[in-house]
Amino acid sequence: MLRIQHLVKQYKTGDQALKSVSLEVPKGQVLALIGPSGAGKSTLIRCVNRLVEPTSGSIELAELNLVNLRSGELRKARRRMGMIFQEYALVERLSVMENVLSGRLGYVGFFRSFFRKYPQADIDEAFRLLERVGLDHMADKRADELSGGQRQRVGICRALMQTPDLLLVDEPTASLDPKTSRQIMRLICELCEERQLAAIINIHDVLLAQMFAKRIVGLQLGEIVYDGPPDGMSAEVLTQIYGEEDWEATIQNVDDDAEGSETNIEDVQQAV
Amino acid sequence: MSTSRHWKRPPFIKNPTLRWGLMVCVVIYLALAFGTMEINWTRTSEGIDRGKKFLGAFFPPDFTSRWESIYEGIVESLWMTVTSTVVGIALSIPVGLGAARNLSIKPVYYFCRGVLAVSRTFPEIILAIFFVKLFGFGPFAGFLALSIGTIGFYGKLLAEDIEDMDPVQAEAVKATGAGWLQWLNYAVQPQVMPRMIGLGMYRLDINFRESAVVGIVGGGGIGATLLTSFDRYEFDSAAAILLIIIGIVMLVEYSSGYIRQWVQ
Repeated sequence: MLRIQHLVKQYKTGDQALKSVSLEVPKGQVLALIGPSGAGKSTLIRCVNRLVEPTSGSIELAELNLVNLRSGELRKARRRMGMIFQEYALVERLSVMENVLSGRLGYVGFFRSFFRKYPQADIDEAFRLLERVGLDHMADKRADELSGGQRQRVGICRALMQTPDLLLVDEPTASLDPKTSRQIMRLICELCEERQLAAIINIHDVLLAQMFAKRIVGLQLGEIVYDGPPDGMSAEVLTQIYGEEDWEATIQNVDDDAEGSETNIEDVQQAV
Repeated sequence: MSTSRHWKRPPFIKNPTLRWGLMVCVVIYLALAFGTMEINWTRTSEGIDRGKKFLGAFFPPDFTSRWESIYEGIVESLWMTVTSTVVGIALSIPVGLGAARNLSIKPVYYFCRGVLAVSRTFPEIILAIFFVKLFGFGPFAGFLALSIGTIGFYGKLLAEDIEDMDPVQAEAVKATGAGWLQWLNYAVQPQVMPRMIGLGMYRLDINFRESAVVGIVGGGGIGATLLTSFDRYEFDSAAAILLIIIGIVMLVEYSSGYIRQWVQ
């Protein structure tokens, strides 16, 4: 699905954020990208949809090399990559519905979007998604009236409106409380499962990453230092990614939480 | 190690010679500037007396005897105000977009900033004199002068508001694969709209007041009527015109506050 080869990003200041990163994500796989702040997690996913221009290397999305696309082709390619942001990044003065429909901007013409005359199929899909995340009654509220968890659900709907093949998720839970964080992660994973989407999720929280992702990639100073299953995360691996620290408590807690979460699958529906 | 450590806020200008030198220069200049101001106290006291008579002639304001020309002047001024505000804002949008550093490329940026700088260099009254020379007396010259003034004002503030917008919201819309115009419409416009509507109302207010000024140099509108009444020593009619101008400016002021609250 997504194949990244020898990706290098050097910022103008001379900082090398990514040093020859290679990574392959098959269809339907949810991958958690962990690492300390400044490891290059954000840069990596922003290089994929070229909000950040890579310095060298190649990024292929279903055989299409994204690195050399011109602006028109790039826009077409971006439609296939939905992005979910840390601070939700909803356009605050637009309504929930407008935010969700903005996921279709790559498909509809300017005048249709300008006059908000979207095809009925798009509107149906938007309501279906809002219903799925329990926000259909909020459609005409302004985005800045929602709570953090609700905003992030709208952000997820916007990304899915693009009918993407790949989700790029940048710290989806960084500004949310622990319970909402789990609900959001669970929602993202369930939706990826339903739609067979590949996803790269940047995440600070090692516990959440282990609970929800099938595969974990550890990034440190622009290099991949771990790539494997969640249960392979030992104290040595965490030390390698984050540096020396007492990791026993972190690893212990994972097992407890993983068991506890089985009983709360209905959380999302209840909370809304 | 445990001796107490001193801390002072680092000065704004690091180099002490430069810092003290600048301060001394400022003090010297101010002393000279105030020292050389010439005030003739006898003339000032005579002037106060004359001012009293002058103001006395304003009362009571006379709305009736010149009503026809006052009415025509006001209508012409309002026409000038509305058309020049609409045209000026419409033209300032492309210039403002080009002059926003985060939207445009370097050459376009410098060109648009240049356009804005030039159109703000000349005050409306100078532009009005120029256009009266080119196109003759009348409101068309005033309209052109006010339009150009509006471009400089509105374009600059629009560009600066766009530069201050939240880049993450803009990034998110870009990531959907939106086209440039769609991106403007969905990411930029909602962020800058409330402030731009407020500034549009403010510009309408400025243009109305300026329309009285450009009239004095031949640009048509209420200014011409005002000048005539001063020339004829009809201070009571002039007072009526001034009151009407104050009334209209206040009206715009209040409605601007109301509209801003409504679009926030």
